[in-house]
Amino acid sequence: MMVGSIVSIGMGLAVIGAALGIGWIGAKAMESIARQPEAVGDIRANMILMAAFIEGAALIALILSFLVANPTVVAG
Amino acid sequence: MRHLLLSLIFSCFALVAFAQNDHDYGNHDGHNHAGHDYGDHVRDDGHVHHATICGESTDHAFNAGDNAIHHIADANVYSIGPYSIPLPVILYVPDEGGLKMFMSSVFDHGFAHHGTGHKAHERFVIDGGQIKHITDPSFPDGTVEISGMIHRGDDVFVCYNDKLYPTESKSTADGGVFGGGLTGYYDFSLTKNVVSMILVCLLLFFLFRSAAKAYQNREGRAPKGLQNLLEVMVTFIRDEVAVPFLGHNATRFLPFLLCIFFFILGLNLWGQIPFLGGSNVTGNLAVTAVLAIIAFLVTNFSGNKHYWSHLFLAPGTPWFVKIILIPVEIMGLFIKPLTLMLRLFANITAGHIVILIFVSFIFILGNNPDGSVNLPGYAGGAVGATLLTLFMMTIELIVAFVQAFVFTILTASYLGAATEEAHH
Repeated sequence: MMVGSIVSIGMGLAVIGAALGIGWIGAKAMESIARQPEAVGDIRANMILMAAFIEGAALIALILSFLVANPTVVAG
Repeated sequence: MRHLLLSLIFSCFALVAFAQNDHDYGNHDGHNHAGHDYGDHVRDDGHVHHATICGESTDHAFNAGDNAIHHIADANVYSIGPYSIPLPVILYVPDEGGLKMFMSSVFDHGFAHHGTGHKAHERFVIDGGQIKHITDPSFPDGTVEISGMIHRGDDVFVCYNDKLYPTESKSTADGGVFGGGLTGYYDFSLTKNVVSMILVCLLLFFLFRSAAKAYQNREGRAPKGLQNLLEVMVTFIRDEVAVPFLGHNATRFLPFLLCIFFFILGLNLWGQIPFLGGSNVTGNLAVTAVLAIIAFLVTNFSGNKHYWSHLFLAPGTPWFVKIILIPVEIMGLFIKPLTLMLRLFANITAGHIVILIFVSFIFILGNNPDGSVNLPGYAGGAVGATLLTLFMMTIELIVAFVQAFVFTILTASYLGAATEEAHH
């Protein structure tokens, strides 16, 4: 018998989505740096910013699934 | 040879961590009021308590998840290694005569018991560093010795005179969102997180004060030492964050951005230092929520006419687009601080949890299912956990800087959008 919460599947799915998104950003950033090495500073800053936006969406999903699984855990 | 020595030193770290944790789960639950003669309840293997209080065994298997959650939570004692430093407890209990102030040492949590007390004080007990309130009015007021605490799921019961008294559980009326609970009392204690925050603020104050003095004393000369270190970070925030996003407003908001950056960075790094309590301040939802609210208020109070008109009127779009666009914009107003809050919280908490789970490998591998000790498992677990923890701590060091930077750069971009002059 398996015991657990289906929420963990949701967490996994959220992470897959974010990983694909961030991976894509990284790949494209590498590509742009190879094309235009002089713009590396701007590209890096924007890459981190975009990754942070994607991460935000994934984290909302993660935290919500965490809350659904253990409502009292996030206690300060 | 040098590498060998280094690995030996790191293995010692793992062993210390292991000794520390060992205490922990043995002591969480099983406290006899004669808990000082600790030996009574420790079996030959030294790990599992076999105490029976109030007719219930306090035996619990080691649970890596609970252990990790316990360690990232805020506490009313500051534990450094095996030592617990008592902290002031300030409670406001409307039903029981208002304000109560005492040191958490009244609970007699001892030095090596990881914040679980042997005494109750004015119907409050401390369990794993957390204050709990006994709601039953028949429980004696004042300071009394208790037999121990029983855990049933999330509920904690206090055993006193062979009778079980329930403690007030945190209600989840808020869904856990605002810190996991509403209770019948208000806790204004100087907890571990508050103490860490005060220490870090003082540290930052003295660092920047001495750097500022250096600028006065060494005017016209090249920066030196600490001044050099701080100048690199300050100019980085100015040139990479403030100026690109805020333009001519950069100097107006630079102090705010620098405050946010160094506060978050300082606390991230403070929580990273091993054997210093590992406080998880920026991984506390309440702390990140306040930071996000400050960013939200500053953004909206400095927002100009164009910002508000774009938000509520969406000029230049047809009416059917407005119906969709305006609600989305208004939702975005609140989602921005929400993600700021969650991103910092989740990144720091996740890092701490992963490190704690890696340390827990030692006990998962070292204890056989029947409770006996598996020494090769302990040794293997210690080596594996050390390597994985080192790897994770390196990543966490990067995360500490990246998250402080991301919080600052996102705040700057929201501020930039709010203060931008129109150029249609």
